[in-house]
Amino acid sequence: MAHIAVPEGVPGIRSLVMFRPESGQHLYALAQTLLRGESPLSPAVRELIAAFVSSGNECGFCRDSHAAAARYLFKDKKEVVDFVLDEYHHAPISEKLKALLNIAGKVRKNGKEVSPEDVARARAEGADDREIHDTVLIAATFSMFNRYVDGLASFTPTDPKAYEEMGVRLGEKGYALPKPQ
Amino acid sequence: MPHIDLPKEYPGIRSLFMFRPETAAPLNALVQILLHNPHPSLTPGERELIATRVSSLNNCKYCATIHGAIAKHHLHNGDVVEIVKVDPDAAPISSKLKALLKIAGKVQLSGKEVSSADVDAARKEGATDLEIHDTVLIAAAFCLFNRYVDGLATWAPDDLDVYDRMGKQRAEEGYLTPPFKIQPKP
Repeated sequence: MAHIAVPEGVPGIRSLVMFRPESGQHLYALAQTLLRGESPLSPAVRELIAAFVSSGNECGFCRDSHAAAARYLFKDKKEVVDFVLDEYHHAPISEKLKALLNIAGKVRKNGKEVSPEDVARARAEGADDREIHDTVLIAATFSMFNRYVDGLASFTPTDPKAYEEMGVRLGEKGYALPKPQ
Repeated sequence: MPHIDLPKEYPGIRSLFMFRPETAAPLNALVQILLHNPHPSLTPGERELIATRVSSLNNCKYCATIHGAIAKHHLHNGDVVEIVKVDPDAAPISSKLKALLKIAGKVQLSGKEVSSADVDAARKEGATDLEIHDTVLIAAAFCLFNRYVDGLATWAPDDLDVYDRMGKQRAEEGYLTPPFKIQPKP
């Protein structure tokens, strides 16, 4: 049960932003801009970074919902999501994306872990300032969302079907603040 | 030196806000609501102490120093800020705020660290659902800001007077007014 009186049966962050829409509106606007707005990284790749960081933080709700969104957006290449969540070094993804995931994994622990060498490696694989920036901000943002969702012990569905439906919704509609109950 | 090309006359988060205004807007609006806007029961000074404590635990010099300076201007007390940074239980603050800072410290490690006993202890000191919610979200949000600021190796000035001036501005004006330029020392 959640630590505070959020709407019953509503999963994860949705229940929290319904409890406090004043902050929730900006959290959803951030997610929409960061994961769907203009960026050299595709929405599929950005969802993959979100799922990767959430997996590292062991936040089941965020990992499974963003993995589902990434699978929906990767379409016929959706198997890369499971490769990355399992062991990204051997995943069928570009060296650039591996270098960006390396940075995201360091940000997840602490921003100071990102070294000039980590950044130079990403640049050598063709990453530009915006790709590096967006990777760091996505990893930082999910270090917030994961703590928000777990810190208040919000409801985490266990049925995989529930996440598949979330993935379709997030893939098609993006992030819109849920209406209060 | 920052990992990406950022405006040189703005430190920390402000250089990142200039680099990417599209994400700056919701991030800045979030901080304004969490820390500055009127709140039914937590003062801006108390909320800034939570932000300062978490930033200190994350070892983020820029965020810990600037939010410490903002808290000092709200509370008219710099000593309490310095104690909260290292040991909230030893600070001259309410038992309720101590219990909330304990929750914030757990969130800094991982959301899963927050136990029902931690929440019950805060309630026993009079904490409301909204206070518990806002404490968790402030702590989580500063785990974002600290990582964003340090993950891109932004400039953190050494001169404490600079933080004091910036802190005064934010305590008085909130977060939405433009920052002033700072000349990096040669």
